[in-house]
Amino acid sequence: MTLKHQLVVDHLAAGYGEKTILNDINIDIKPGQITSIIGANACGKSTLLRTMSRLLSPSSGHVLLDGRSIHNTPTRQLAQTLGLLPQSPIAPEGITVSDLVSRGRHPHHGFLSRWRKEDDEAIAKALETTKTTELLDREIDELSGGQRQRVWIAMALAQETGILLLDEPTTFLDVAHQIEVLDLLVDLNQTRGTTIVLVLHDLNLAARYSDQLIAIRQGQVCANGAPNEVVTEDMIHAVFGLQSQVITDPISGSPMVLPIGRHKRIKHT
Amino acid sequence: MSQSNAKHKGFLKQKPIALLFVTVVLLLLCFSSIAIGTREVTWQEIIGALQGQMNTMGEASVTMRIPRTVLAILAGCALGLSGAIMQSVTRNPLADPGILGVNVGAAFFVVIGLAWFGINQLQTYVWLAILGAGITAIFVYFISSLGYGKSTPLKFALAGAATSAALSSFIVAVVLPRNDIAGSANSWQIGGVGGATFDSLQLVLPFLIVGFLLSVFVARKLNTLALGDDIAAGLGENVAWIRALAWLSAVLLCGATTAICGPIGFVGLVVPHLCRLLVGVDNRWLLIFSALVGACLLLSADVLGRIISRPSELSVGVVTAFVGAPFFIWIVRRQRVKEL
Repeated sequence: MTLKHQLVVDHLAAGYGEKTILNDINIDIKPGQITSIIGANACGKSTLLRTMSRLLSPSSGHVLLDGRSIHNTPTRQLAQTLGLLPQSPIAPEGITVSDLVSRGRHPHHGFLSRWRKEDDEAIAKALETTKTTELLDREIDELSGGQRQRVWIAMALAQETGILLLDEPTTFLDVAHQIEVLDLLVDLNQTRGTTIVLVLHDLNLAARYSDQLIAIRQGQVCANGAPNEVVTEDMIHAVFGLQSQVITDPISGSPMVLPIGRHKRIKHT
Repeated sequence: MSQSNAKHKGFLKQKPIALLFVTVVLLLLCFSSIAIGTREVTWQEIIGALQGQMNTMGEASVTMRIPRTVLAILAGCALGLSGAIMQSVTRNPLADPGILGVNVGAAFFVVIGLAWFGINQLQTYVWLAILGAGITAIFVYFISSLGYGKSTPLKFALAGAATSAALSSFIVAVVLPRNDIAGSANSWQIGGVGGATFDSLQLVLPFLIVGFLLSVFVARKLNTLALGDDIAAGLGENVAWIRALAWLSAVLLCGATTAICGPIGFVGLVVPHLCRLLVGVDNRWLLIFSALVGACLLLSADVLGRIISRPSELSVGVVTAFVGAPFFIWIVRRQRVKEL
């Protein structure tokens, strides 16, 4: 688990059918760090994450994991290094937490291999980290949104991959649960050294929780670096077309974006 | 922590106990299938026939019941299994060989062969039925993915129902003006296991075996597919490949069964639902149970068909519909049918 894997996006272009969405993307994901991809709606950030997790094939360029193109790596082998949690995963009705989390062990099993002690240990650890051990026998449908997201993350953890890609893991969660999930990801990052890449909608949370921020605009990388360097009023305007004021988050010290709209401004006399 | 002690809501919480229970029921049904029939037989005759004797009329009729019992078990297993696989692959609780038009597709090809190409060999029936089942399965899948968006459960069921209806009327149109084939076409279409011989069983056995083996191979992979295509890919599965293999397995199983039994409805629809209540959603258990419970259902329907209308018989296809429909309503009322 401490082994650091190198994920590199090299001159990548991708899209759906005739429509090109990503254009000449070059990214170095820093091992052992948390990287967030931000950008306006439909800018291609989810497409980028899908291509990086081999759900989508690039039309040109490569995604390289430790120097090898992931689109040419056997998918089961890849699944032992690269974990992935899509935006709104579906679970069959009536599935229990233990059943769901144990399915994360799938890539570590061949056709006839038996259930091993490592599998139980990996699941126990995943449940413990996500604080879902006491939910073990519950059905997914009975859980709250925050609990459910923790269980899905537990499944991805049970896979024991060095890299974890998450597509908007905080969507549909209230603010307390959003913080809970992001704190959990930091725990993972710190205790296991897991490299985490996520797409996030909330700029301020992205700036607070990430080591590296990648801003995408119209299918191209617009800015890439530490939140302190990347989050500027100019960048926000370029990426979102929004006037804003950037201040320092009094809690975390990270940059914080205050959007400026047409209304609701203090009248200066 | 291991998977086996995960609790599931259902009649029987422990899967091994449930498995034992279903197996015992199946054995009892096997015995009744051999013992009960139009002609009443004595214990001695049953034992004699099982040892291969054919001295009395009783022993002769018991001997006739053996291949029929074997066929009912195989057909029930195959239909239950193919229903469970189709429901898993399509994530559609309404998927079943009957509703998706696969049975009628097989029937359509056989009737065409019968009417226009004068085919009367069982061997050719089998091929035709499997071909028809496969083509219809692909056709329905294709139709349901037309239009805007992905193939949804509703579109799928509608495409299947429409295809079934269309093919059924084609069958009638082909058979109606042909008095010479009407008898054989009709008796084939009702669906029964009565005409089974070991020779006819041998013909479809290879198809069934391949279908069964494939289903064993895909069972665990279907568990990842149940979490959505993206997660399945993330867990290291080739989604298109699993889907194709599982679909092939389901079509082989129900196509081969339809080839010798004719279309038998309801087994593939009802059995997986019942089993999901029994053992939960883990496909490795679900497929085993669907096969066993399918065999139980078909055997009991066959035995019931012999008892109800003594001294004649009611075809198993008729009985499964009669038994299956109220049973299905009962399940739906008792507990909401599990979504996939």
